[in-house]
Amino acid sequence: MKLKTKRVAHIGLCTAAALILAYVETLIPPIFTAVPGIKIGLPNIAIIFALYSFGLPWAAAISFVRIVAVTLLFGNPMIFAYSVAGAFLSLFVMAVLKKADFFSEVGVSVCGGVFHNVGQILTAMLLLENTKLGYYLIVLAISGTVSGVLVGICSAQVLKRIIVK
Amino acid sequence: MEEKNIKSRGRMKNDLIFILSLLTILIILGVFFYLFRGEGSTVCVEIDGKLFDSFSISENREMKLGTPDADGDGEEELNILVIENGRAYMKSATCPDGICVAHRPISRDGESIVCLPHKIVVFVEE
Repeated sequence: MKLKTKRVAHIGLCTAAALILAYVETLIPPIFTAVPGIKIGLPNIAIIFALYSFGLPWAAAISFVRIVAVTLLFGNPMIFAYSVAGAFLSLFVMAVLKKADFFSEVGVSVCGGVFHNVGQILTAMLLLENTKLGYYLIVLAISGTVSGVLVGICSAQVLKRIIVK
Repeated sequence: MEEKNIKSRGRMKNDLIFILSLLTILIILGVFFYLFRGEGSTVCVEIDGKLFDSFSISENREMKLGTPDADGDGEEELNILVIENGRAYMKSATCPDGICVAHRPISRDGESIVCLPHKIVVFVEE
């Protein structure tokens, strides 16, 4: 019983961290406005932490709560579909790679970042019925790789220091 | 402990190889796409997935693109598209994020400006 309460508290903290990171990210002005959709993906630090510490189901739950809350707080309903598609494709790929045990946190995070963009572009292509958007993917994938490295390094450091049983 | 270190070093090596090859492939692809795209001649406008209209890129003009309440907030959506000196850009828009307005002017074949909240896609064709 005590363990369960502890777990609930940890998951709640992790969700709160993901939300705060999402808020911090909205404060950073866009560095490169020529291509929309470039983001660091700071909340992914919390998601990767959850994936490694609590496992896939909890990471998925935290990710979903985060998207719902962020949409209610700062976004509009249109963004919801893109976020969900990106976040879940990314989480799925990260979970598979974590299981494969081939990459460290950094490699997992890079794939997560790239597939986040892939999911969003695919949704945009579906919703707008326009396949020309695929061209964006190259630029977005490059930005996803770079930010994935940064997020991965942060996540690895956090995981090394905070050990949740 | 020793074994764990070796394993984690192996994973980091995999990371490095993967990231470097991914970046190289992406940059080569990006350069390839950029170089092999000629200037376009027509600016096409799609609203809600349907072709709305197309214009010649060499004629200067300014037009209003309105979609009847795509986001359901009761106000009409309005984007102002400008074609000027062979380039097209979004001058202003009532969408919440303003990403389409921030987008640089487009002129090459296949380039596009997207306004997600208003479901408007502007792209250049040959």
